[in-house]
Amino acid sequence: MIRLVNVHRSFGPNHVLRGCSLDIRDGETLTIIGGSGTGKSVTLKLMVGLLKPNRGEIFVDDQEISHLSEDALSQVQEKFAYVFQGGALFDSLTVGQNVAFGLYNLKKMDRDKIPDYVRERLALVGLTGVEQLKPAELSGGMRKRVAIARAIAMAPKYLLYDEPTTGLDPIMSDVINDLIVGLQKKLGVTAVVVTHDMKSAFKVSNRIAMLYEGKIVGVDTPEAIRNSKDPLVQQFISGSAEGPIKMKVRAF
Amino acid sequence: MNRTELRPSAFEQRLLKWLGGPLINLSESLGRIAILTRQTIAWVKSADRPTVFAQMVSVGADSLPVTVLTSLFTGMVLALQTGVSFRRVFNEPIYVGTVVGLSLTKELGPVLTAVVIAGRVGAAIAAELGTMKVTEQIDALYTLGTNPIKYLAVPRLIACLICIPILTLIADFVGIAGGLMVAVYRLGIPQATYVNEIQALTWKEGTHGLAKSVVFAAIIALISCYKGFTCEGGAEGVGKATTSAVVISMVLVLVCDYFLSALLVSFGIG
Repeated sequence: MIRLVNVHRSFGPNHVLRGCSLDIRDGETLTIIGGSGTGKSVTLKLMVGLLKPNRGEIFVDDQEISHLSEDALSQVQEKFAYVFQGGALFDSLTVGQNVAFGLYNLKKMDRDKIPDYVRERLALVGLTGVEQLKPAELSGGMRKRVAIARAIAMAPKYLLYDEPTTGLDPIMSDVINDLIVGLQKKLGVTAVVVTHDMKSAFKVSNRIAMLYEGKIVGVDTPEAIRNSKDPLVQQFISGSAEGPIKMKVRAF
Repeated sequence: MNRTELRPSAFEQRLLKWLGGPLINLSESLGRIAILTRQTIAWVKSADRPTVFAQMVSVGADSLPVTVLTSLFTGMVLALQTGVSFRRVFNEPIYVGTVVGLSLTKELGPVLTAVVIAGRVGAAIAAELGTMKVTEQIDALYTLGTNPIKYLAVPRLIACLICIPILTLIADFVGIAGGLMVAVYRLGIPQATYVNEIQALTWKEGTHGLAKSVVFAAIIALISCYKGFTCEGGAEGVGKATTSAVVISMVLVLVCDYFLSALLVSFGIG
């Protein structure tokens, strides 16, 4: 279980998270929705210890992680796998080496078994025969899938997806959504998805949390969110410019 | 004394505002570089050998042609200018070997090699690590159980510490050979005279140059890694990080050169 309690985080004068509290239950897929720049990705990075909160507490399996030493934190990080927005594949390595990267470093497995395991993980995301290609030779959708294969290769307890469908065509987005749902069923991981793609949020989530002005303003099932009377939630899921959420648009 | 007398004047307030920000930034950067240095040194023993070897090829072997070319022509022009100037003053081109040998081994060999490497290797390190930072690859390393300092900074530092002094030695030899060609074929100095003057150089001159090149290597590797790791803001950020890595490395090399020379001379080395 991951628990955020009254978490604050600023970047210079920009106070992004202003008392964010959220519980993520084991085995569920929780999606965090919210506008650009509201701190969704920051929330994910705080959970995995890539960022430290200015105030508040973050618990991973009842262990508070924001004050841990580097070694203790890296042990906690082994429970996580992170699918980055742009994939964050290592350009200098092949697809196979990317997927095997964590396995070699953490020495979780015999070296001889790694190539077969990598092929199997790539097959789980629907990719075959791409081990020798470099990330630059892949399409956007393939890069996302390799990033997911690299994440699940670590056999994580928690899988964090940062905007998994951003920049993909609608069909590839749906393929990724199916993949997230399928992996959750097959591997039983707890997943946290950050997105502003409502179609994806409704499809993959057990629960949806809405982040607005640095706080979670509502957490509920996709059905309840769809029927919510909250004007903030309604404006976001309908994608309307009119409503309580005002986007700052600078003319130039 | 009443309270109003303790208040800074308007001019002092303006001065503090103007100096305060940059000073805080500078001390923060220096602190971070110190932390990076300590962590890099702490990981040196556990460096991954194939990665170090790959970096040595990139820093050393790939930089060899440009280093050879630079030092060859530096030695040649040094011999030419010394010979022509001394001929004007003393009516004959004397001490050309001594001037070329001393200048190259103590100063131009280490400094020019460091400047060339700062431009070639420092820029490459800052651009590569900067791109990795802005595309979240550095964060990805953390989530895959790998410390980026151990994986990226340590092999680059070791490669620079090994290759830059070797390149400096090669630069010294090539420069002296370039000087020899000009001295013998252009200035008409007997080969034996030039060689005798070079042979008069002692281990102290060589050590002086090599000691400095080790420090320059550390400066280039650490500044470039630091600039890469702290890069922000997409392609523009990578460009700025690269430029500042090269500029800061070059300036630091030249500034440290004076102080290191003074220190080494005071110890009687060179």
